[in-house]
Amino acid sequence: MISLLRKDLLILRRSRLTVALLVIYPVAIALLIGLALSRGPTRPRVAIVNETTPGATVEVGGRNVPVSGYADQLFNQVEAVPTASRSQAVAKVQSGDVLAAVVIPHDIAARLSSDVSQAHLEVLYNGNALEQSLVQSSLNSALAQANLGFSEQIQKAAAQAIGLLLKGGNLGVLGAPPNLVGLSQIPPLLRGVIARQPPGPDRASLERTLVFATFAAQNLTLSKTVLSTISQPIAVHSTLLHGRRTPLNTFAVVVAVSVSLMFVCVLLAAGGVALEREEHALARLLRGLISREGLLAEKALLAAACSFLLAFAMLAGIGAFVSLDWSRVPLWLAALALGALSFGALGVSIGALAREVRAASLLAFLLSLPLAFLALVPSGSVTGGLYDAISAVSFIFPFKATLQALDAAVNQASPGLPVSLAHLLGLTVLFGALARLGLRRLD
Amino acid sequence: MSATPAGAGLGGAGLGGSILSVRDLAMRYGEREALREVSFDAAAGELVAVVGPNGAGKTTLLSILAGIQRPTAGSVSRAPREVGWVPQQPALYSKLTVAENLALFARLEHVSDPQDAVARMLEQTGLRERAAEQVSRLSGGNRQRVNVAIGLLSRPPVLALDEPSTALDPGQRERLWSFIRGLAADGTSVVFSTHDVNEVQRYAARALVLADGRLLFDGSPAAFLAEAGGSGGDFEDAFVSFLRARGHR
Repeated sequence: MISLLRKDLLILRRSRLTVALLVIYPVAIALLIGLALSRGPTRPRVAIVNETTPGATVEVGGRNVPVSGYADQLFNQVEAVPTASRSQAVAKVQSGDVLAAVVIPHDIAARLSSDVSQAHLEVLYNGNALEQSLVQSSLNSALAQANLGFSEQIQKAAAQAIGLLLKGGNLGVLGAPPNLVGLSQIPPLLRGVIARQPPGPDRASLERTLVFATFAAQNLTLSKTVLSTISQPIAVHSTLLHGRRTPLNTFAVVVAVSVSLMFVCVLLAAGGVALEREEHALARLLRGLISREGLLAEKALLAAACSFLLAFAMLAGIGAFVSLDWSRVPLWLAALALGALSFGALGVSIGALAREVRAASLLAFLLSLPLAFLALVPSGSVTGGLYDAISAVSFIFPFKATLQALDAAVNQASPGLPVSLAHLLGLTVLFGALARLGLRRLD
Repeated sequence: MSATPAGAGLGGAGLGGSILSVRDLAMRYGEREALREVSFDAAAGELVAVVGPNGAGKTTLLSILAGIQRPTAGSVSRAPREVGWVPQQPALYSKLTVAENLALFARLEHVSDPQDAVARMLEQTGLRERAAEQVSRLSGGNRQRVNVAIGLLSRPPVLALDEPSTALDPGQRERLWSFIRGLAADGTSVVFSTHDVNEVQRYAARALVLADGRLLFDGSPAAFLAEAGGSGGDFEDAFVSFLRARGHR
């Protein structure tokens, strides 16, 4: 087995282009996947045409809320490109300079202040169906956030107006008398007057007025609370039931390393076994020079060792930029080692089935890429039955188990490391047995 | 049916002591019988040709001798390690040099002194000048010489070659046969399969004619010609007539 191992290392050393591709390609793919996972979508670039008069306000209960506040809210949600006119905005959308344009019409303040007509915004976009869907989705979210922020400003203004009505004083509204008595001050004042009033019809009228004033003051106090409830009726508190909170960037590291480990190991192991067949050496070797099990073990171990070293170097290298817990290195090594072994077993089973290296590499590639993507499909993103099928497929191949083992080792995610390692060990035995079956044929 | 043909001519014992004895070999692949009770002997230094149409069982017979396949029934007197194996397609690593290929298989064969074995085979095959050259850069003829050399690394008493001259040009073929005859002259018993009946006539001391897994003839090429009755000593005509007369195409 040592002689065969030395031979394979010599062949690898002389296949520099293959080795370079074998390293660069999966690392590039892994980094792209990692970046795609760790970076959220950027804010959409949107042209904003504000046709409102500078200083225009919405009057709420005698308080004025500047309309520019709405534009500011919108500016915070998107990458805003202030645009002077609607026609310029249309040109920017058509040229692809911006994803969409939002026109805030000149009459928005009047409509917001009006009791009868709803305020409208104009949204302009183009592109294919996918782009439209993406733009609509991100813009709807941005507009919803802006609406919420603006409604909070209006709610605050309304609450201030109600507060002044309750406490009294100077309302600051044109035409309002100075030093008005507050609604909450009326009941105690009335009680004093009633106490000095002799029984009779006047006192009865005052008592009825006191009942109304007390009721009105209590309900107006309550309305402030109601207003804040309406502005955000449901507050969300989230609780994680399954696993630790894994930061997205460290999970992306785990994904990137697992993808590299899989590609390098599966391709190397599959190619190694297929090369023996392609060079017509398999029959010569298996006529007593080495056992089938020995041959498969040599190929799987070589591939596992190479991919293990690459994956660990990658993890350690990324660890220089992302905060990782270095005290858990022994657990990383265990996860990487078992993952590499199971990928090695998968690789040799592919190699045992293929007649030549190119076929083995293609088969390994065609199998590995979908496995990586299937393992990353989150529950709830597809129908229940489809997710069950995806889970079953992911369970019988080593990628998801390796991902879980490495996530547990790096991020303490669940299921725990022992469960994932046992799973990987089982898959190693399974694919090893399949490879042994595949190697029965010698031609 | 007996595996001993009616027209058996010279046997291995006729050239000295039998160095290889094959008895009642049978091989089945499911319902298909690839070999049926094949028996023969080979003596030291004897060149034995196994000839027959496609699907006759030639490769199956040689791969059983080499230990690549286990027969369904029957026995071979030599263990696989005592039989040098030269497959039809050169079984070499193209990224390794000639010397590296030889050294690898010498170590895998547990040859006592691998470096000495490599030097000996380079000398014997005339490839010493090309020892450091990668196999991928060699001609088909030279690859086949390395292929044969690997089969001889452990100095086996018997060498089994599966269609060794296929894909070689006439010059390369001539040099290969010269080399193989040299081996036989040194006492190695050589069993080779071929489609080229002229090679049987020119190089073999004995011919084994197989068809549908049965051994139809075991004897010298001259005895075969006499039995088959080919016109004007044409071995190919005699071979075709022989098979047709026995219901084979």
